[in-house]
Parts: sequence; structure tokens; C-alpha cells
Amino acid sequence: MVLLTLLAVITIGVVRLRNLFAVVILGGAYSFLMASVMIVLDAVDVAMTEASVGAGISTVLMLGTLYLTKTEEVRPVHTPVLPLFVAIITGAVLVYGTLDLPPFGIADAPIHAHVAPYYFQNSIPETGVPNVVTSVLASYRGYDTLGETSVIFCAGIAVLMLLKGRRARKGAGKPGKGGKA
Amino acid sequence: MDLLQDVIQHYNQWITIFLMVSGLYIVVARGNMIKKLVGLSLFQTSVYLLYISPGKILGGTAPIIGEGFSVYSNVLPHVLILTAIVVGVATLALGLALVVRINEAFGTIEEDEIFEMISEE
Repeated sequence: MVLLTLLAVITIGVVRLRNLFAVVILGGAYSFLMASVMIVLDAVDVAMTEASVGAGISTVLMLGTLYLTKTEEVRPVHTPVLPLFVAIITGAVLVYGTLDLPPFGIADAPIHAHVAPYYFQNSIPETGVPNVVTSVLASYRGYDTLGETSVIFCAGIAVLMLLKGRRARKGAGKPGKGGKA
Repeated sequence: MDLLQDVIQHYNQWITIFLMVSGLYIVVARGNMIKKLVGLSLFQTSVYLLYISPGKILGGTAPIIGEGFSVYSNVLPHVLILTAIVVGVATLALGLALVVRINEAFGTIEEDEIFEMISEE
């Protein structure tokens, strides 16, 4: 609960700050906090990925972009009334929707009733992997992972194509940052 | 007392909604493109939280089968979110590359200034 409140506080900071460098660093802190929350929620694999990818690679990519562009945001010319209104209405509707959801952490919520017990019973006999996340990721839902890999591949190609022209125009510019994702 | 119970039982979801709504607000209200991308990733991480928190069982443990444990958190959301995180960073990289390219073409990453330039032409 404390961690979640901290997350909200950082979010307020991200919304209010105008210095993009500070925003990106706060984003890194946000990702590490999110990773801690994931550990508390028993999602250790997700926590590791979030800490390395969310707090590591994303922050590095953002900082690289800041280096190539500008670090200060101009004052907005529009009034923020309409977006604020939209955001508050959306939030209110969603909060109203949560009241019908099952409470946090109970074992007989509908989410635990269908495929999850199957994975736990059959992971060891069928795949021999004790870490069920791994067996589902690589075996039961292997096509998902294949799709994910192709998405990353396409994104890497697109980044390379976008940044290749840059190097040609500027002579020896910075090396492209594609393919890292 | 009823309200207090509501707050405790739905606190995760409410924080999730707060994060999501602030991401939405940043994306709509701010003209700076890097800020917009930060907002978009805020929105995205809120979805991670939305998926992971119902998978937790109080008194359970991480989904790695071992002796002496019988209650595990639900694995399916974990797997989906692992995929989502990695795809998320790929799209973020693509967005940032576009921002770099836009900055080269227009000399700015503020949406309003770019609109002005286009309408002047």
C-alpha cells in the first residue's frame, strides 16, 4: 500500500514537472517502484523484466533522445480544462466499475478458476519446468512469444530505417540505437 | 466502516486508475512529444498493475513449484505482462526514433509549433 501511494506521488511529479530530464529520471524511479510492487504481488519474473527493461533500457533510450533533442518543455498554450475534465470523468467511471470487482487477494475469484490450475498441475509432467511462468511462456503460449519477437524485430528495423538517413546527412553522427530493444 | 473496507479491497485498482488517468491527461494535454511518450508509458504500466494485482492470492507465493507450497499466484497475467513489457519498450523505441526524426525535420518537438509551421507553408 505504501509502495502504491509512492507510485501515485511520483506520477504527480511527472505530470507537474516541465524539465524533461527530471521527468525521465522520475520515470526510472517509477519503474523500480513498479518492480517492487510486482515482487510484493508475487510476480517475480515480471518484476525482473520491469526493472531491467522498464527502468534500464527505457530510461537509456529516453536519455539518448533528450541528448538529440531538447530538455525543456514550453508552457502549454491551451488551458488544461478539457483534458482534465475528460480524465476525471474517465477515472470516475472506472472507479464506479471497480466496486463490482472481487476484492483483492481472495483465492476463489473467477480469475483463479479456469486455466491457471491446469498450468500448475501439468507444468511438471508435461514440460518438466518448475517455474510455471517459463513453461507457459515458452511452451503453452509459445506462439505469443513468437509474435512478440516478430514485433520487436519489426520495431528494430523501423528504428534503424528512421535513424539511418540521419547518419548519412550528418556524416559521422551518433551510432543508431535500434536493435537494442 | 463499509467505506474503509471498500478502500482496502480496491486500493490497487484505484491507484491503477489514477496512474491510467494521469497518463491519459499527459497524452491529451501536453504538446511536448517526449512528455507524451512518458505519459503513454505511464498508461502502459498502469495496465501491468491492472493485470497483475488480481492474480495475487493472499498467503500465496510466487509461481515456482516447490515442496511445502501449495498456493501460488495466477501465472497467466504474469506471462501476458512479460510479453507486454517487452513489446512496450519496442514501441517506445520506435516512438522516440520518430521524435528524433521530427526534431530534425522541424527543429522542434512541440506539437503546437509544428502545427504553426505547417499552416504557414
